[in-house]
Amino acid sequence: MKTNWDVIVVGGGPAGSMSAWESAKNGASVLMLEKDREIGIPVRCAEGIGGAGFEKLLEIDKKWIKTKIDKIDLVSPNNTSVKLKFDEKNIGYVLDRRVFDNDLAKLASENGVTIKTKAYVHGLLFSENGIVNGVKVNILGEELELNSKIVIGADGVESRIGRFAGLKTSLKMRDIETCVQAVVSGIDIEPNTLQFYIGQEFAPGGYLWVFPKGKNVANIGLGILGAHCNLGRPKEFLEKFLSKYFPNGSVLNYTAGGVPVAKTLDKIVTDGLVIVGDAARVVNPISGGGIVSGMHNGKLAGRRVAEAISAGNFSKEFLKQYEKDWHKAGGKNHERLYKIKDFILDLTDADFNHIAEKVSAIPMEKRSIVKIFKIAVWRKPSLILDVVKAFAGM
Amino acid sequence: MIIIKDNLCDFCGTCVSVCPVDCIELFESKIEIDNDKCIGCNLCVEICPLGVLEANDEN
Repeated sequence: MKTNWDVIVVGGGPAGSMSAWESAKNGASVLMLEKDREIGIPVRCAEGIGGAGFEKLLEIDKKWIKTKIDKIDLVSPNNTSVKLKFDEKNIGYVLDRRVFDNDLAKLASENGVTIKTKAYVHGLLFSENGIVNGVKVNILGEELELNSKIVIGADGVESRIGRFAGLKTSLKMRDIETCVQAVVSGIDIEPNTLQFYIGQEFAPGGYLWVFPKGKNVANIGLGILGAHCNLGRPKEFLEKFLSKYFPNGSVLNYTAGGVPVAKTLDKIVTDGLVIVGDAARVVNPISGGGIVSGMHNGKLAGRRVAEAISAGNFSKEFLKQYEKDWHKAGGKNHERLYKIKDFILDLTDADFNHIAEKVSAIPMEKRSIVKIFKIAVWRKPSLILDVVKAFAGM
Repeated sequence: MIIIKDNLCDFCGTCVSVCPVDCIELFESKIEIDNDKCIGCNLCVEICPLGVLEANDEN
């Protein structure tokens, strides 16, 4: 196996594949290493995405889609349901991540990326002057040292690759959701609707989701804020919910996972290394959605990395442009969302019930997320502008 | 000392993400905790979605 590469990407999720693809497209030789046996599994994700954001990056292939989404349903602690309809332009999807991640990696490989699975990276290599120049990896039981000009850390929520190079990636307890999810079949669910259950009974400091994957089958899971996990384990909350709402459902799959709900890290580049996706904490801190932002962020990283290869300059000063590009494209909005997250965390069950009742009084076609937040921010009116800007993506 | 209670671990990496000293190693289907490096903060025990980790204070 070739031991010298321009770029080594650690992690084969959407952010990894996009960064690898973009680097290769711009002329770099790229190796992508995936720890697990297969790209795309296990799926630790509720799989919901906004269609518009996705299609700016990539044309959607029908076989990646499980369900089209045109409604969301917010269920308050006292079971008041508030439905919101999306217009045609804002249609959403529930993806089949197993197929999608696998296909995205395949697309990357068709564009020149070399991929290996069962490839566990456990350390970095450094030059004499302390610049990252490769990885220590175990591929199918064989210990190897592979050199690169730049390493891209796309290793997900764990984010150890950045840490190996001195970046501070460990999450505070108020910046992570601890989650479990079951794929449940044989149940009666609202088609084409994402359901969110909010409140202490369902998921303290987070929410519980029911995302349809087709007729009679859904991803049902929940996240609890780390800082609230003294109130119970996610698995106990899910057990309680399923036995109450879907006692006859069958569980086809059960996974656990962590979702960063932080600000994008201040530093996502260093000499010879960048980090992307969940590892860089680019997940939407309110929704926990990270597929599209990770892909976007990965693409920007890949582009700058390729420029660095062409220029022969792998310094953090040069790579910093990626940090700036991301801040401009999504990071700024992300910071606003983070502020709003803090505000939402202060709301009590009584607040949520109050908001749900107020919104229920508005006819469905006139409801919007912004309106909901306007009602919500009666306690802190200065937030209205942030809310509107955040949702308008300004 | 942190011990892994049973075979329920899903290898999701949530514990790794909060560990302030990076003493947890996660493979495809194996987890290892370096108890010499561990500072006993118990964040991993608290955050585990499945309750797989346990602090053993006797050691």
